[in-house]
Amino acid sequence: MSKIDLNNMDGMYFDILSEIGNIGAGNATTALAQLLNTKVDMKVPKVELLEFSQVGEAMGGEEQLMAGIYQIVEGDISGSIMFLLEEKSAITLISKLMGSPEVDNASEFGEMELSALKEIGNIITGSYLSSLSMLTNLKIIASIPAISIDMCGSILSVPAIEFGEVGDKMLLIQTEFSDDMKLTGFFILVPDLESYDKILSSLGM
Amino acid sequence: MSEMIKVGMADLKLCKSPNAITTLGLGSCVGIALRDPTTKIGGLAHIMLPDSTKIANNQCIAKFADTGINELVRIMVEAGASRGRIVAKIAGGAQMFALQSKTDTMAVGARNVESVVKILGEMRIPILAQDTGDSYGRTVEFFPETGDFVIKAVGKEIKKI
Repeated sequence: MSKIDLNNMDGMYFDILSEIGNIGAGNATTALAQLLNTKVDMKVPKVELLEFSQVGEAMGGEEQLMAGIYQIVEGDISGSIMFLLEEKSAITLISKLMGSPEVDNASEFGEMELSALKEIGNIITGSYLSSLSMLTNLKIIASIPAISIDMCGSILSVPAIEFGEVGDKMLLIQTEFSDDMKLTGFFILVPDLESYDKILSSLGM
Repeated sequence: MSEMIKVGMADLKLCKSPNAITTLGLGSCVGIALRDPTTKIGGLAHIMLPDSTKIANNQCIAKFADTGINELVRIMVEAGASRGRIVAKIAGGAQMFALQSKTDTMAVGARNVESVVKILGEMRIPILAQDTGDSYGRTVEFFPETGDFVIKAVGKEIKKI
């Protein structure tokens, strides 16, 4: 039997998972700054354990258009990780990275832009996972990324279903990056239950 | 004045004409709209997983195709619908990410649709129309007055099935 029950997570577990989120987001900020070659600030990430029905709203409404970059996680733990970026943030980021004018909406993105977004997602989740890996001493490998630009609710259905197999709630880490622009992104890490145990026991819990 | 009732993820609700009922951003989940055409009593379920019996943590009945459909039928009959007259329309079950995986999570959309079709078949509830699969999200609105099931997707024409 797993030590973790996502529906009755106590304060200490939650704090640890929050702290991992914090460190991971910090590393992601550094990676983003190197990528864009600018100074990037980060707000303290907001970590929440939400009911499925609340998640869409927490991210600005189920119909809000977002870019979701999804990767399978393997190695000592298994599960998946997703990085979500608001449409506006994705457009700003792509324009900055590629030195092109901002498009009106994200559905205008071509192969090149989608590929760049995937890579951004890969770098950001990569830095997040490597901090998790360093803290826990566990080997964590992420698959090549897949992307979807669609309604927030639809994209979220994928990690929600994975959480749904173990509980009725989902852990959401919201990060806001900024330099001269503001980027709002979200991380959703979905380790399976055994992996939760592994993460926590390798941290001495 | 009629109102639009909102159904969340892993949720189900009853809806009587002239009201309408909606659920936003169906991805790999499936939206099941049921209706008794005579009494115009309807309902909508937004299920996430195909089978409650495969999962230990299954208290949330609206989360699963089997328990969700059963519960929706139960509350509709309780509200005055006739069990024998109930018909269905379904939407959703997309594969949002094109990713090969060792787990079968990625195909959960297709498994959800398959399970919903099977359960409705076993319950002898005819499926009048369906808009499922593919790789995009859907918002649906259901009108028990007419039985219209309206499907909206990003960058696509509004569909009525």
